[in-house]
Amino acid sequence: MPDQLINLCIDARNVSVPAGVTVAAAIAMNGSGITRLSVGGHARAPLCGMGVCQECRVTINGRSHQLSCQTLCADGMNVVTAGEVAA
Amino acid sequence: MKHFDILIVGAGPAGLAAAHAAAAKGAHVGIIDDNPLAGGQIWRGGPEQQTDPRAPELWQALRRADNIEFLQQTRVMYAPQPQHLLVQTPDAAHTLHYKKLILATGARERLLPFPGWTLPGVTGAGGLQALSKGGYPLQGKRVVVAGTGPLLLAAAATLKSKGAHIVAIIEQANTLALAGFAFGLLATPSKITQALQLASQLRGVPYLRDSYVHSAHGDGTLQSIQVQRGVARDQETLQCDYLACGYGLLPNVELAQALGCATTQRDSQTTVAIDEWQRTSVEDIYCAGEGTGIGGVDLALAEGRIAGLAASGDKQQAKELFSHRAGWQKFAARLARAFALRPALRTLAGDDTIVCRCEDVCHGELRTHTAWRSAKLQTRCGMGPCQGRICGGATEVLYGWRPDAVRMPISPTRISSIIN
Repeated sequence: MPDQLINLCIDARNVSVPAGVTVAAAIAMNGSGITRLSVGGHARAPLCGMGVCQECRVTINGRSHQLSCQTLCADGMNVVTAGEVAA
Repeated sequence: MKHFDILIVGAGPAGLAAAHAAAAKGAHVGIIDDNPLAGGQIWRGGPEQQTDPRAPELWQALRRADNIEFLQQTRVMYAPQPQHLLVQTPDAAHTLHYKKLILATGARERLLPFPGWTLPGVTGAGGLQALSKGGYPLQGKRVVVAGTGPLLLAAAATLKSKGAHIVAIIEQANTLALAGFAFGLLATPSKITQALQLASQLRGVPYLRDSYVHSAHGDGTLQSIQVQRGVARDQETLQCDYLACGYGLLPNVELAQALGCATTQRDSQTTVAIDEWQRTSVEDIYCAGEGTGIGGVDLALAEGRIAGLAASGDKQQAKELFSHRAGWQKFAARLARAFALRPALRTLAGDDTIVCRCEDVCHGELRTHTAWRSAKLQTRCGMGPCQGRICGGATEVLYGWRPDAVRMPISPTRISSIIN
């Protein structure tokens, strides 16, 4: 069902993405793509794309440090990134 | 607790081939994978979606079998006791028991630091390819694909099919090495077909040999890169939205090491040591695919099948695949030789270039250390959540040292998964 839409919330904004899309992709579709701030305060975005580098960590449904590149978007999901802080 | 005759870690080609072979012998098989869908990296997004006909064929056979259980979005944390693994899903933790374990943990990219490589917009080559398969928006984006190896061509072709404008492909290997590799493909005709298909998909895209990315620039996010071509005096500037840069692949050996399996150096890679039956140094643990050395999908399928057969006790049938495996091992050796890294890549990082991205440790803090251990103790290099998997591949090239031990749990773990 590629035309099915998933509704989720990213940084307090309601967004719709096609089914099968990762949270990392949804973040990039709806903003700068920034996922986290490094320990030195620098903006970071996904790097390895395969669950190794940990740069794509975001908070999903209140649980921090989730890998957005290995998580598929689901209806009603609440995602918080460091994107707004970095902007 | 779930019990399996044969438990497989990794649902890429090696893991799926092992599962298929073992299940056909009647074993109760479990496959763990940390991604939402099976397929590993090369068949990412599900084997049924792939153009390589072996993927959907294998997948259909596996779906028909009622003695195979898939455990997706499941990561191994550690072994609480021999023949048990503690695994974690996004919501829960479980202990799995096995009689035989087959490690098919694949590979990751070797990512090397250069000024600007931490800017949002700089990714791995296979990294951006993987992201794009998960829907990462690349329509109309200007992308430079750089680094080394045949993966650059495959990544560029995928990105182009997703609507990206490929500005250039930048390959550090020189013309002579590439010509030698191309000539060697005569031994593996299926790879020539693949290369020709890629070439036709990438018609018109500049392929810059003997060149490498010197630095990346941008205000907040990536805007341009500087490219060094051969020994030219002046560098070229390319404007781009994404730089997908990867310097080959590294075997994922951490789980094997955590379970006590010996490793060995082969073609300047740290690989899991195996015998002819794909058995590791630890009783009842096997390893197949990229973990035993980078060789690509064909070698992974052969090794997976041998491991699956050997683990389920059919050595005779496993033996019939030895010569097939040997052919692809030769291909792997040619691959490693042709795309060996040029020494100049060690000199790109400046003193203020971050090497350890988890802990923001710079080259200037690391270059005076003589070993991983002292660097770790004094700078926190490798102590972040990737546990040295990214910076370890870089420190090996830059300084000649890499992580010397694996700590458990081998992936970031919720406290509740350990104390329940």
